[in-house]
Amino acid sequence: MYSFNYHIPKNIDEATTLFEKSNEPKYLAGGMTLVASMKQRLTAPSDLIDLSKMDTLKSIVVEGKNLKIGALTTHNSISKSKDIKSTISGLCDLSNGIGDQSVRNFGTIGGSIANADPAADWPAAILALKSQIETNMRIINGEEFFKGMFETILDEKEIITQISFEIPSYFTYVKFPNPASRYAIVGIGLSVYDKIARVSVTGASHTPFRASEIESALSKNFKIDSIPLNSVSSENLNNDIHASAEYRSHLIDVLTKDAVRTYTQ
Amino acid sequence: MENKTIKININGKDFEENINSNLLLIDFIREKIKLTGSHIGCDTSQCGSCMVLYNDICLKSCSVLAIQMDGAKITTIEGISDGDNLHPMQESFRECHGLQCGFCTPGMIISAIALIKEKPTPSEKDIREHLEGNLCRCTGYENIVKSISAGAEKMKG
Repeated sequence: MYSFNYHIPKNIDEATTLFEKSNEPKYLAGGMTLVASMKQRLTAPSDLIDLSKMDTLKSIVVEGKNLKIGALTTHNSISKSKDIKSTISGLCDLSNGIGDQSVRNFGTIGGSIANADPAADWPAAILALKSQIETNMRIINGEEFFKGMFETILDEKEIITQISFEIPSYFTYVKFPNPASRYAIVGIGLSVYDKIARVSVTGASHTPFRASEIESALSKNFKIDSIPLNSVSSENLNNDIHASAEYRSHLIDVLTKDAVRTYTQ
Repeated sequence: MENKTIKININGKDFEENINSNLLLIDFIREKIKLTGSHIGCDTSQCGSCMVLYNDICLKSCSVLAIQMDGAKITTIEGISDGDNLHPMQESFRECHGLQCGFCTPGMIISAIALIKEKPTPSEKDIREHLEGNLCRCTGYENIVKSISAGAEKMKG
């Protein structure tokens, strides 16, 4: 790993000022991806701005019909939160399936979505649920957040402060994990708001997306049999050593059925 | 500031060292403090041989920078026994043959202690799920799981 200047800003203003002053800076949240990438010299920031000490960005609150999670809340804090268990319990299961104990102890929800790994789990929740990403500059609709592989709508110096989810009548996340990394080969997020289904897919393509054909079929008739066969064509899906595009397309069908089954059980 | 003086408490002892920003916690522990019980297996955050306790939670020390740990309290495998008296979890690993070559064992034991602090009576499923981040290439895990169950009972005293 190349060396770099290390900073611990006290607040967001100080963090953005440091960012502007530095040559090639990067913000550090939990560091579960960034430090590993720096070790491999895939990235070499001139300055590392460590946000992880900002305790104000670690809160979990329920406000009316919304669940609000601070960007620096760790996966393990989320999986153990009573407020989340009682509002959107599927998010506890999702976060408890990320990586391993060590990753969940340090990795954060904000860091995960800012990194926008195409096989990460949180993006499925951002798209399946009605969500808003709050930053130091604006509020972004969850559906507009992901732009491509490791690409988001965020400006370089922008910092996610909070993620807000509208509490649905149902949410679940089902994934077929890579047995080594636990990243999703395919992951399906399913939510129901007023009998309208929302279905998101992660791991299958270069960026997470919503499966509109499945959504409309399920919104008409919320049954396993109503899910169309090969609903997402393999044409634009990932084809790699872990799974072929055709297999991923098949997994989308199978996992969506599994997700619907958890609702009817 | 590519260099910084950090204070870390390791196994109850305070250390103050001037370090470079790119030093990993595992290298700090092994090279600076000369505690070589925590091992470097894969060096890619997968195998868990470098597992240490950060307060009471487990952390792969190859996956964080030492500079991030300024002010932290770390426990390594060297810090869990009471002099010559092994920790109950160490005893259980010995009694249940929870190791063969022993390379992964420090990480396994640290990981097990973190689990017991959270769940004093873990089920076999809890143990296997918790060990997701610890790899062993010898035992096939059966005796490790037995060791942790037995260790959990012993830790109740």
